[in-house]
Amino acid sequence: MNQLLSLAWRESRTARRRLLLYMSAILFGVAALVAIDSFAENLTRGVHEQARALLGGDVSLRSREKFQPKPTALLDSLNSSGIPVSRQVSFSSMALVPRTSGTRLVQVRAVSAGYPWYGTVETKPASAYADIQGDRRAVVDPAVLVSLDAHIGDTLSLGTGRFLITGTIESVPGDAGISAAIGPRVFIPEKYLDETGLLVFGSRAEYEALIKLPATLSPARFAGRFNPRLSSDRVRLRTVTENEMDMTQAITQMRDFLGVVGLVALLLGGIGVASGVHAFVMRKIDVVAILRCVGATSRQVLTIYVLQAIAMGLIGAGVGAMLGVAIQLSLPRVLKDFLPVDIDVRVVPSAVLTGLAIGIWVSLAFALRPLLALRLVSPLQALRRENDAEVMRRARRDPASLIVSLGIAASVLILGLSRADNAQRGFAYSGGIAVALGVLWLTAAFLTWAARRVVRPSWPFVLRQGLAALHRPGNQTRSVILALGFGVFLMSTLYQVQKNLLKQFDIKLEQSQANAVFLDVQEKQAPGVDSLLRGLPGVQVTQQVPIIPMRIYSINGVLVSTMLAGRARERGLAPSAPDSGAELPQRGKPGAQSGRRSPWALRREFRSTYRDTPVGSEVVTSGKFWTASDSGGVAQISVEKDLASELGVVVGDSMTWDIQGVRVPTRITSTREVNWARFEPNFFVVFQTRALAHAPKQFVFLANIPGARAVALAQRAVVQKFPNVSSLDLTSVQQTVKSVLGKVTVAVRFMAILSLTLGIPVLFSAVSATRRARLREGVLLKVLGATRRHIGRILLSEYVLLGALGALAGVGLSIGGAWALMHWVFDTPFTPALVPAAVVAVAMMTLSAVIGLLTSREVFASTPMEALRES
Amino acid sequence: MLTAESLTKEYRSGDRTLAVLKDVSFTIDQGAFVAIVGPSGSGKTTLLGLLAGLDEASRGRVVLDGADLSKLDEDQRARLRGEKVGFVFQSFQLIPTLTAQENVQVPLELRGDKGADERARELLARVGLKDRGHHFPTQLSGGEQQRVAIARAFSNDPRILFADEPTGNLDSDTGSRIVELLEQLNRESGSTVVLVTHDLALAARTQRVIRLADGAVIEDRLTA
Ligand SMILES: Nc1ncnc2c1ncn2[C@@H]1O[C@H](COP(=O)(O)OP(=O)(O)OP(=O)(O)O)[C@@H](O)[C@H]1O
Ligand SMILES: [Mg+2]
Repeated sequence: MNQLLSLAWRESRTARRRLLLYMSAILFGVAALVAIDSFAENLTRGVHEQARALLGGDVSLRSREKFQPKPTALLDSLNSSGIPVSRQVSFSSMALVPRTSGTRLVQVRAVSAGYPWYGTVETKPASAYADIQGDRRAVVDPAVLVSLDAHIGDTLSLGTGRFLITGTIESVPGDAGISAAIGPRVFIPEKYLDETGLLVFGSRAEYEALIKLPATLSPARFAGRFNPRLSSDRVRLRTVTENEMDMTQAITQMRDFLGVVGLVALLLGGIGVASGVHAFVMRKIDVVAILRCVGATSRQVLTIYVLQAIAMGLIGAGVGAMLGVAIQLSLPRVLKDFLPVDIDVRVVPSAVLTGLAIGIWVSLAFALRPLLALRLVSPLQALRRENDAEVMRRARRDPASLIVSLGIAASVLILGLSRADNAQRGFAYSGGIAVALGVLWLTAAFLTWAARRVVRPSWPFVLRQGLAALHRPGNQTRSVILALGFGVFLMSTLYQVQKNLLKQFDIKLEQSQANAVFLDVQEKQAPGVDSLLRGLPGVQVTQQVPIIPMRIYSINGVLVSTMLAGRARERGLAPSAPDSGAELPQRGKPGAQSGRRSPWALRREFRSTYRDTPVGSEVVTSGKFWTASDSGGVAQISVEKDLASELGVVVGDSMTWDIQGVRVPTRITSTREVNWARFEPNFFVVFQTRALAHAPKQFVFLANIPGARAVALAQRAVVQKFPNVSSLDLTSVQQTVKSVLGKVTVAVRFMAILSLTLGIPVLFSAVSATRRARLREGVLLKVLGATRRHIGRILLSEYVLLGALGALAGVGLSIGGAWALMHWVFDTPFTPALVPAAVVAVAMMTLSAVIGLLTSREVFASTPMEALRES
Repeated sequence: MLTAESLTKEYRSGDRTLAVLKDVSFTIDQGAFVAIVGPSGSGKTTLLGLLAGLDEASRGRVVLDGADLSKLDEDQRARLRGEKVGFVFQSFQLIPTLTAQENVQVPLELRGDKGADERARELLARVGLKDRGHHFPTQLSGGEQQRVAIARAFSNDPRILFADEPTGNLDSDTGSRIVELLEQLNRESGSTVVLVTHDLALAARTQRVIRLADGAVIEDRLTA
């Protein structure tokens, strides 16, 4: 064995560099896996260590409305028994700085002393946050100061309340950096919240109570005791452990998803290794024949080359792992705005070792297939050289290589399964990988076939010659198309998804004729707001939409409370309801769950409207929308179709609503599909006008105001007269969206560049596999009178074709993939973005041509004399 | 006309120079059939490479049909080869991905000639492979492959044809038929043929024998 080792070492002398190049194909796959796994691990640890700071306490109670008497009593009793409770009320509102007259929509957080119990709100100056409890003071995000043209020491008006700005916010535990850009925060003391007069009928606010438990009482026990009592009171109870588990689960899912991408990259590298080693084997046939002549057994021969492959695989995987560690060190910088925790990046030995092991395994498994052929080289080869292709053909029928192929397929499946939390998803992952590789493989097979078939003698010689290279025995078509196609697939998918998400925001603003929205207008304020706006020069009020908050009382005569109680008995414990935003401008869409009635839909508060015509952003999918003249019978309603399936209701069912204690019976006469993407007030449930005309309501005004300054003036005029009315300048909202998307873009670009670099070594390895054949042929053509230009054109036509088809296949796949992502994950319509796809495709074509010419540069450099020497 | 004037080729390895060809001079007339012979390592292949412009001489010059090769760059020499030079190798050197017919066409197509396929068919017929044009090199025997290579060498109607041990990989019968073919084409098309060979019997069939030893011409005589 020792001798074999040293023989393997000596024999590799001339080939080390080449083998290393082939093995570098797995480098980026290993790097991706190591980076993803280490980062996820560090993130999970960060979440675990900062779990209490993320929640702010041991247990949190949240409600979308003021706590009901029962939970209030509970909190009071806790407080008096020495278990501290702190509170936060958060809502959006207009902020105004009287000195500069600047106005802006902000996220108000009214907090009581001690909030949060864990983690610190960092401010400048450092004591500012704690000090706000002392008086009417506020700390704000720096963005608030900038947009209001204010500075520390100014007075900030929130509704009718006045607060002295005493500091700026640096970071808030549990908030991602990007939240400051989405909705700049203003912290004020809770005890002065009432002075603002902002929380009035229909206001949307979130109430939270944070409980700090003594060390002797575990959050789980606490939850077990109080959850059953609170579930019916529209309070969501979360313990620190639940919170952490949810986040950990999200991280795991993300890691698994990205891990699959890394895995595919690794497999692709494996293909690169296989094609490189294949070329290596072709060169080694002579050496092996001689070794066999001097007495080496076929087993010894195999051992020598497997040892070489393992050594090089180890180096490739090792460098990959180091690169992975380097990437994960840089990830927090790229992602810091999106992460709610501070991560302290560390090298994670388990991730590094796993990456190394998978890398070595993949490189060995893929190298083994071509290496097995060396077993079959007979010593006779030394005397009478057979055609190389003949040897490889014999190798293809070798049962051992079939076993290796099966082993490769099995390990893909195992790796896929190990990446998924359930078998079904594991099979789906492996299946997805198989489909992507299969499509690319078929494209390559098609190209080889077509290259043979479509060629016409009338075509220019160089083109025919380039095409011939695509189907020559031992051609590189498959591996190059796989490598290229996959690179294009990853990059183009990223851009497709990004473009489609971006475009959504564009549509929103393009399609709405309004550029300003006024929210939370109380019923008695409506005429005033209306005449104020109309009184301003050039202002047009385009829509005035009534909003009525309500809950479901019964469906087809069965009370909601009865249904919920039945459900709770079935499950033992009522699950905490998922968050669901108001209908404008965010949307909370129910996860598809048909058949049974979903508890959150039954329990939630609906903000509905009334009108007698459908609007442009909705399409009736079943039944018939009423007209203004329909006046008889029970009031009619129209339900959004996903909600209808969530509630398990159809046209013809009857629903009774609880509107501020008044029961309103209705009948469903239509369902609608709603385009939530449009920036317009959209509703899950629309009522016939006569049903709600007298219900207590508030209004949303949409207005078209010419010029940015005029918008600011209108906003100020309204907030000065009606302090509780919030307003949005849609143009600046668009800017905010843009700046948020800008950050997303940076992250996307980072990933895209990563996936590009992923493909390059594979491409190199695949292309260099046929280098020798091309070199020989090029030299021969030179003898026969070919100039360097001829040769350049032949190579170019070959690689441009390869690149074009690889890119085409990749783009096709990416459009399919992006459609799937948009459809199932983001749940929005998809239109292919052709420009970025074309750019990516052209870039990859260029890359393939450059790499092709680069690896063939010896053809240009070598003298035709070598053709004579080959004899 | 092909003239070599004081051709010298040296290889440098480290600080030592190895002279492979030393001051070789001769003139070969148009239409002649000449053999270059000599022991292994005497510099025959090197000389052939220089004469065909595949390589550059250290000193001296080659004038091929009026063109001084030392004054041309690589691509110009390639173009000259495409127009005036044909090649036959010991190991045939056909392009494995092309059929026999396509192999014969290559030099014509590189020049951009029309009617290449017509001419290729005609040449294949002349070397006795009329019906094998659609076969790939691996489907042909060694002798057949070499005949395809000869057809290819004559496809551009070369002024001069170089053959480096064209019979080296063939049995003596087949080899002799190959030389007959060369003779015939030499007669019919008036091309100059320069043949490198170990086989003295084959050399004897040519009009003139240039004998090399150790990089120098030691004998240059006309055969009877
Ligand atoms: N690139 C090179 N570097 C150093 N020496 C070389 C090189 N190429 C050829 N030689 C030497 O030049 C000499 C002549 O070689 P050449 O191939 O011309 O001989 P030859 O007469 O064709 O021999 P053979 O009959 O065996 O083919 C040899 O000694 C060879 O070692
Ligand atoms: Mg020789």
